[in-house]
Amino acid sequence: MKSTKLAIPYIIWIFIFTIVPVFLLINYAFSTNTGSFTIDNFSRFFSPLYIGILMRSFYMAFWSTIICFIIAYPVAYILSTKEFKNRNVLILLFIVPMWMNFLVRTYAWLFILGNNGVLNIFLGFLGFPQIRLLFTDAAVLIGLVYTFLPFMIFPIYSSLSKIDYKIVEGAQDLGANSFYVMLKIIFPLSLPGIASGLTMVFMPAVATFLVSNILGGGGYMLIGNLIEQQFMIVGNRHFGSAISLILLALILVFNMLISTLIREEETN
Amino acid sequence: MKNIIEIKNLHKSFGIEDILGKINLDIKENEFLTILGPSGCGKTTLLRIIAGFETATSGNILFGGKDLLIFPPHKRNINTVFQSYALFPHMNVEENIAFALKIKKENKDIIKEKVTKMLNLVNLNGFEKRRVRQLSGGQQQRVAIARALINEPKVLLLDEPLGALDLKLRKEMQIELKNMQKSLGITFIYVTHDQEEALTMSDTIVVMNKGEILQKGTAEDIYNEPLSAFVADFIGTSNILPGQMEKDFEVYIQGVKFHCIDKMPDTKDVDVVIRPEDVEISKNADKFPLKGEVINVVFFGVHYEMIVKVEDTLWKVHSTVMTKPGEIVGIDVSKELIHIMRR
Ligand SMILES: Nc1ncnc2c1ncn2[C@@H]1O[C@H](COP(=O)(O)OP(=O)(O)O)[C@@H](O)[C@H]1O
Ligand SMILES: [Mg+2]
Repeated sequence: MKSTKLAIPYIIWIFIFTIVPVFLLINYAFSTNTGSFTIDNFSRFFSPLYIGILMRSFYMAFWSTIICFIIAYPVAYILSTKEFKNRNVLILLFIVPMWMNFLVRTYAWLFILGNNGVLNIFLGFLGFPQIRLLFTDAAVLIGLVYTFLPFMIFPIYSSLSKIDYKIVEGAQDLGANSFYVMLKIIFPLSLPGIASGLTMVFMPAVATFLVSNILGGGGYMLIGNLIEQQFMIVGNRHFGSAISLILLALILVFNMLISTLIREEETN
Repeated sequence: MKNIIEIKNLHKSFGIEDILGKINLDIKENEFLTILGPSGCGKTTLLRIIAGFETATSGNILFGGKDLLIFPPHKRNINTVFQSYALFPHMNVEENIAFALKIKKENKDIIKEKVTKMLNLVNLNGFEKRRVRQLSGGQQQRVAIARALINEPKVLLLDEPLGALDLKLRKEMQIELKNMQKSLGITFIYVTHDQEEALTMSDTIVVMNKGEILQKGTAEDIYNEPLSAFVADFIGTSNILPGQMEKDFEVYIQGVKFHCIDKMPDTKDVDVVIRPEDVEISKNADKFPLKGEVINVVFFGVHYEMIVKVEDTLWKVHSTVMTKPGEIVGIDVSKELIHIMRR
């Protein structure tokens, strides 16, 4: 009885901030301006233009997730090894940027990647030709990786640091060198962390609109930008809601896919 | 028998703290050697140095006559049964046991055959596909043993492997382990702080305290001829009484002269060790050299254990003579059962 009473504030919270918005979205997505039922908002989405934007969003989110993983795993591993002395310094190094305003952080990349930015000045200094990075896919990718990297590092770090070192010694005792210890023990045991890292990066990356707006330039369209545009500029909240629902459904499918994959990997 | 392991002047310190003094120990092929000592005396550290998880500060270990300490753990033909088992939680029983062979890229049929053999050995047939988390403590223990034995190591290290099991299971496993060691012909280096376990299983017992080896010998040697009060106290629930010697073969215990078979050491003050079952008691108190009051009696099935207070000293006595608390009894010990140890 007591625990049900304690849960009431959370139920109210979930109701106001999750259930109500979803119902609003559904309501808008399936209605016209005049309020009558329609599925036109959905069928409109299935045109080459919008599908192209969706594909591009998944493409960008996919690669930023992969790159985040490739950078994050070694970092998390080094952080979790008990020999590592400057752990707190390194953790701070990854946390402090998260305290900074998101916009400020992203705008900083404008100055780094711009045609006359820090990077090109540095390249010129070394005698290399300038490269045009800003307002390209590469710039958006860099921005996405930078923004979401901590969300990959921390879950992996937390599952790595939970591994009992005795198990590693057990494997070495049975003849496993460092490569096998990594392959057969550490990697499999960190899969839950990898799974949450992948979803925690992929989901916001696929729905992002700010990073792509700033670093991709005005004309750069990801699905997040499209939704934002429908709500804020075009003012078509019916179409905007329909796209949001489609994105939501795709993210749910992706989520389920990852967790079943990981579970299969864990059991075999 | 040849020596399989020779430990020479092995010293280990953590920072400024000396954990192992200068350890010298030879271990024979096919020997069941038990390292017995109180918690914190350095048993685990010694095993970890042999296994390769800890480095020695100085000294050397020979394994089959060759330098051992230069090899990392995975290149030593020695396996360990860990105190906490250290089973792989993401693998089932079969995968855990097969691990060492898979690392060696052994042929699938051979792996299957050997795993089956190991499952038979530790009585776990039918548990192949169980996850290790779903096993009881005793079953996990068996998996840990099978996993360590499948590689057919020359030496198996066991660090208090039965510590987490209940008494009945522990007794059963003691017998099984001893049988396995005999039938497989593998050297076991077994660490425990349980003297009874050491006495029942071992060919050789090494008693350790504070990083030093105090005595090495067979169970009988250690039990019957402890070389120091510490060993006597640790190995059994012996009486250790202060005594004085004026000359050879005579010792004064609580002021009364007893004959003994030991010569007088270089000091006058000695420790006299008498095991409870060696104390003779009589209801006719005045016939015996010492007398005291029974203050406690417990029946142990075959004998009574009683505490007898002689002046201000307590004697532990095992006897089939039934007494009651408050009774005055006489105490005697025959001369060959009195063990003299220098202080
Ligand atoms: N890695 C370590 N660093 C510092 N001290 C240690 C370490 N490992 C063990 N010790 C100390 O060494 C002593 C012996 O420990 P251990 O070998 O585990 O004893 P036992 O197994 O006989 O109980 C203890 O005092 C323990 O605190
Ligand atoms: Mg220990």
